[in-house]
Amino acid sequence: MSGVRPRRAPPGPLEYTRQTWMRLALLATFVFLYAPIVTLIAFSFNDSKRNIVWRGFTTKYYEKALANEGLIEAFMNSITIAVLSTVISTVLGGLAAYLLWRFRFPLKPLYEGTVSLPIVIPEICLGVAMLVFFYRVGLPTGLPWPLNLSQITIAHVSFSFPFVAVVARARMASFNPELEEAARDLGASEWAIARDVIIPHMRPGLVAGAMLAFTLSLDDFVITFLTSGPDTVTFPVKVYSMVRFSVTPEVNAASTVLIVITVAVTVLALWIQNRRTVDNPG
Amino acid sequence: MEAFKRHPLGFWICSIPPSVWLLAFFLFPLGFVWVLSFGEKRGLIDVEITWTLANYVRALDPLYLGIFGKSLWISGVTTLVCLIVGLPVALGIVFAPPRWKPVLLLLVILPFWTNLLIRTYALIAVLRTRGYVNFTLEWGADLLGLPFEPLSLLYNNTAVVIGLVYVHLPFMVLPLYAALDRLDRSLIEAALDLGASQIRAFATIVVPLAVPGIISGTILVFIPALGSYLTPDLLGGTDSQMIANVVERQFKKANDWPFGAALSFLLMYVTFGALAIRSVLSRRRGGLEAG
Amino acid sequence: MNQSERKPIIRIDRVSKYFGPIAAVDDVSLEIMSGEFFALLGPSGCGKTTLLRMLAGLEIPSAGSIMIDGEDMSRVPANRRPVNMVFQSYAVFPHMSVLDNVGYGLKVTGTPAAEARSRAAEALELVKLDGLGSRMPDQLSGGQRQRVALARALVKRPKVLLLDEPLSALDAKLREAMRLELVNLQETVGITFVIVTHDQEEALAMADRIAVMDRGAVCQLAPPPELYEFPASRFVADFIGSVNLFEGTVTEARDGAITVRVPTLPRPLVVVQDKKISPGTGVWVAVRPEKIDIAKDDGTRSAGPEEGNSVPGVVEEITYLGDLSIYHVRVADGPEGLVKIAEPNFDRITARPFLWEDRVLLSWATDAGVVLDA
Repeated sequence: MSGVRPRRAPPGPLEYTRQTWMRLALLATFVFLYAPIVTLIAFSFNDSKRNIVWRGFTTKYYEKALANEGLIEAFMNSITIAVLSTVISTVLGGLAAYLLWRFRFPLKPLYEGTVSLPIVIPEICLGVAMLVFFYRVGLPTGLPWPLNLSQITIAHVSFSFPFVAVVARARMASFNPELEEAARDLGASEWAIARDVIIPHMRPGLVAGAMLAFTLSLDDFVITFLTSGPDTVTFPVKVYSMVRFSVTPEVNAASTVLIVITVAVTVLALWIQNRRTVDNPG
Repeated sequence: MEAFKRHPLGFWICSIPPSVWLLAFFLFPLGFVWVLSFGEKRGLIDVEITWTLANYVRALDPLYLGIFGKSLWISGVTTLVCLIVGLPVALGIVFAPPRWKPVLLLLVILPFWTNLLIRTYALIAVLRTRGYVNFTLEWGADLLGLPFEPLSLLYNNTAVVIGLVYVHLPFMVLPLYAALDRLDRSLIEAALDLGASQIRAFATIVVPLAVPGIISGTILVFIPALGSYLTPDLLGGTDSQMIANVVERQFKKANDWPFGAALSFLLMYVTFGALAIRSVLSRRRGGLEAG
Repeated sequence: MNQSERKPIIRIDRVSKYFGPIAAVDDVSLEIMSGEFFALLGPSGCGKTTLLRMLAGLEIPSAGSIMIDGEDMSRVPANRRPVNMVFQSYAVFPHMSVLDNVGYGLKVTGTPAAEARSRAAEALELVKLDGLGSRMPDQLSGGQRQRVALARALVKRPKVLLLDEPLSALDAKLREAMRLELVNLQETVGITFVIVTHDQEEALAMADRIAVMDRGAVCQLAPPPELYEFPASRFVADFIGSVNLFEGTVTEARDGAITVRVPTLPRPLVVVQDKKISPGTGVWVAVRPEKIDIAKDDGTRSAGPEEGNSVPGVVEEITYLGDLSIYHVRVADGPEGLVKIAEPNFDRITARPFLWEDRVLLSWATDAGVVLDA
């Protein structure tokens, strides 16, 4: 064995990522992707009303944001809608996933296509459809909270539950059919099989789908914008009007809060999903 | 998989709630819009369904055709830029040391998790006349002693393209990454061994075999870009309106619901058209899997 | 061409390759002669493939230099080297026809299209795939795809052809046929072949010289018969074929005969070998199974040291392999006390000559064994 450890050899022909031009390209891309967000977060601490040049560190705009009643109300609305939408979407999406995974029935490809339709359709079309629908159907407005949020919630469920269905169905691809056969062999009924064997396997997919539905609802703008009214403002819609109105660090602060929540929820979802697949491979 | 008749109770329990919801809160609303597109305004609020094609004809008016065209153009440019920027990035991640790959992928996806509105808003600070790009260019120009004219990067088509690229880049990188990662590296080595230059090997071996990923990425960027509302709204100028903006106006300010309905459906048809093209393309390439 | 008339075409000088702290190739120096069929043989992880890839330019050495036909390759990238490689997975381009595959190397280096096509067709004839030029790779069998890879490399008339585990993906019958074909091909084309393999049978059958590698270093470099009959170490002896090893101490070494005292055996072993070794050295005596004769021990035969070595034992296991019978005979306690003997089945087995638990006498000539001190 030679005693001296030589320097690292120059990059081989396929080691593209060790080449300078590639590293620069990657760096430039990541700077492009992150610089705006990072500066937005950084400038939420800027002590300057017009927020163009850095003038000093302060957290007062966070205080302002927290004191802004309209903002808080919008935030509560968003959370409420997101929670309701997630619950309903998870149930519907889980049922749809189970249905598509388990049963053969006539016109199944058509049904599958229809379930995926809300994912594919441009948001504006869906938003318009909801607006028109609620107007025609004449759902009463001016209802007390939380019923006044029902229109937005319904719209959110419509475009969220197909995502849950897709994610849950993908999870079922790893299901070992022998588990079901074993349960049946031991005498379990259809319902028992579903409850004890299939749904536990689907659960990580449902959790992931639920997290997805939650973030989709929380972040949604277009559909909510079209279906909301002056008394049913959500967080993104409120931030939008703040952006349109004036660009102060308060907007940055509100935005940063939303970013943190969304990223936290998503990281949580990933962590749960990973933990589950390690503990629960079956 | 079971035939539905063998477990009728389970089947109906599973199928009824989602189906009812889809029907009531998705298909019916779309149906209403479709019917509405054949209507005429009668007064401020009322609409009469006369089954007229006037709205669709109006959509073919040069003004609106122009907006459709511009939307297609902007989406097309966005997709192209995403492809050009995304391909090296995807390549870089595929050939990164295995430890780094999940990290790099996560870094690419993370911006996607932040709110679209916020991301677009963040770009305003970057692109405006007294924004970071111009600040940096000014600093550079001062350094080199050159005269400086701030770039007008906001409230025009360029800004919209930049914004759309910014938002949709992850959707191009991920399918490209998936396709390139599946590529058998010894194919590239063989090409080099046979005497091809790096660029030649890339063009004749890597790109043809990455085409399914390119097609996926193109669809995943083009369609959402076409129907985007926020980005042109926040970053675009008066002449950077895209279809979604026009539709929204019909339902809010302009108050011409039938026309908005017609435009909305036209957008949907274009979307489905793009998806159909993609289906055909991928079926035709069906047999060509690498290895 | 006679082995001794060949000149070196590849010179590998103190080449090492590190992946992190691990030396995949550790300070290897060797020469490969022009026109020979050279094999790099060793277990997985020994560095043979890494060394081959460094010849191709697909890995860059951490230290040392490689010269091909007198030219230093450190500045020459893979696509400009006068060598071509047949990959283990064949790496046939799936989106091009057979003819386009074979002609690819000519096309990208500027050969006019017409000439490229005719040379490609010639190469296909050489590997017996003529007529299949317009097929797509997914329409070919594994063996056919390998020939495409061969034709594709040979059409460029490289100075050296590198082959990475060429036969490992083929089934047994095809493998045997391809062995002969590759040797014939090499003789027809006349260029240097360097193959990497973990199959010692393959290496013994095909190569003019073999370099046995272990953990990044070359253990022995010799023609097949020398490697088999005179291995340089226990590793080589055990890696190539099977071998019986008797551990002992040298008691005498003169007149070309080495006497070794093996504590577990009743009599010392004698090996006729021209090796300088001093008494007292700890050694192993290596004897190949087919060199040992097995006979019933009925007390009448008792060979003295001049007539060869003999060891009494008891038959513990018999394995019937059709053409051979393998006997495992216990001569001493412990795992090293089991000796393996291979006897061809000259007669049909109707009545076995030896049965389990028979007492037997094993004997072999004094020049049938080798003394190893490593």
